[in-house]
Amino acid sequence: MLTTREDKIMEYFKAFVIGGGICVIGQLLMDLTSYKITPAHILVGFVTGGVFLSAAGIYQPLVDFAGAGATVPLTGFGHLLAQGAIKGAQEKGLLGAFGGGLEASAAGISAAVIFGYLMAVVFTPKGD
Amino acid sequence: MLLKGKKAIPSDRKQQESEYREMVNRIKPKPPLLRNILGAFVIGGAICTLGQALINFYLSFGLDKTGAGAAASATLIFLAALLTGLGIYDSIAKYAGAGTIVPITGFANSIVAPALEYRREGMVFGVGQKMFTLAGPVLIFGFVTAWIAGLIAYILK
Repeated sequence: MLTTREDKIMEYFKAFVIGGGICVIGQLLMDLTSYKITPAHILVGFVTGGVFLSAAGIYQPLVDFAGAGATVPLTGFGHLLAQGAIKGAQEKGLLGAFGGGLEASAAGISAAVIFGYLMAVVFTPKGD
Repeated sequence: MLLKGKKAIPSDRKQQESEYREMVNRIKPKPPLLRNILGAFVIGGAICTLGQALINFYLSFGLDKTGAGAAASATLIFLAALLTGLGIYDSIAKYAGAGTIVPITGFANSIVAPALEYRREGMVFGVGQKMFTLAGPVLIFGFVTAWIAGLIAYILK
């Protein structure tokens, strides 16, 4: 497949529109529903939602289409977990269902924990 | 006269209260839905576009698709953690709403922000414990649902 300049621009455009669109869904859930939906609910809801969509086979086509527009939102994190667990189960059996999800998302989770800790050590809270 | 005056006070107060309420409703910022949506779309979209640029950058270094995706996520997480530490991420979040919550950077922010806030309670019970105030539920529900998906795949195999 040739990647022309137009393809590259299109790739970024799709990432922007789909990624932005997924964020708008989160914004609408917070602004328009009568339930008290906090950022914590959004985080949990989007990860588990991503797992469901991925297990149902709906999320992979979106990733193929939008690239980072689908993998950077937390639904993409759920997709990574689900695909890891499913592939693990298919290749290594029951043990793979336990290990696969964490294996696939290990780098991201470790990065968040390690960088999070380092930043908390280096910086002091603002507004003190 | 005195009685009338006494009666006049509560009705005055009632009027003042309703006037005050009207004023509050006028001045109080209405949930600016359209502006919120625009902020979430533009900033959320920009974070994803940056993610795409990072993926392409790592692909050009010869990483495979999975590796480039993981490296891009780690880079975004690092940037979000750094910007949270500097107090910049929260300033952006004011305009972005869900645009800074939904991307993976929001997950990083949810780890760093409470870690910073509870630092004075010590490294173990402050930073170590509070880091997972928000991230804990995310990982629990993520792991459990993914495990169920894996289990179903195993049964159907």
